Amino acid sequence: MQLEIKERALGEVVILDLIGKITIGEGSVQLRDAVSNLLDAGRNRIILNLGGVVYVDSSGIGELVSRYTTTKNAGGRLKLLNLPKKIKDLLMITKLLTVFEIYEEEEAAVNSFL
Amino acid sequence: MMLAENVVELTIASQLEYIDLVTTLTDNITSMVGFDDETAYWINMAVRESVANAVEHGNKYDPQKSVDIRFTIGVDALRVSIRDYGDGFDPQTLPDPLDPNNLLNPAGRGILYMRTFMDTVEYTSHPEGGMVVTMSKRRTPRPSTRDLGEGDHNHDAVGN
Repeated sequence: MQLEIKERALGEVVILDLIGKITIGEGSVQLRDAVSNLLDAGRNRIILNLGGVVYVDSSGIGELVSRYTTTKNAGGRLKLLNLPKKIKDLLMITKLLTVFEIYEEEEAAVNSFL
Repeated sequence: MMLAENVVELTIASQLEYIDLVTTLTDNITSMVGFDDETAYWINMAVRESVANAVEHGNKYDPQKSVDIRFTIGVDALRVSIRDYGDGFDPQTLPDPLDPNNLLNPAGRGILYMRTFMDTVEYTSHPEGGMVVTMSKRRTPRPSTRDLGEGDHNHDAVGN
């Protein structure tokens, strides 16, 4: 499996711990499905913990953007936690660094929803 | 006999599952050539983006069409060409992913990444059909040229 996704809930906030690769094909689809399932269940305060992600391609970056937009359109927020440097580089190159809310501390990310 | 260039070629089916095979070969070649880890990582990504584009947008996953990848290890630069057998396109007509109106588009960033990480990226129509993307990355000088003239060793990388 390209991407392992572990789900944790802290109150109304859901943290998805992502481990592996978010690339074209399986990894991107897994992320899409995981966020869609949360939104379908009415859980729209979402943090993606990217600390365990070892590789993201343009499809994966596109998937992050899509999930951000989908969550926002569902009346919620999707925020990013623990960005590896290379993902930060990819977001910066495509001017997406300021689009996302990005946190380095889990507590700060969770509290930002309060 | 010393060769000016070594060539490694690989042909894959139009399936995403084969992209990792290409990037594994890419990693072997960039390591052999002597690129630093950071540069090798981004070359890997540029090749991944280009092959994914060839499979998805060029050949449209047609199982009858292949993607041909050719690595040319020159004295001064590594060149990688990726050919698909699709209908071709004009890269100038693609939306600018940095345009504020396009920032939230789910797709369209791959070529920008390729242009960012490689020194040159050129698109040409193959005379017999399909598109050829040719990318190059300058080699950093180093004292040894051991990898030159050992063409047979290049093929070992495929099985690693």
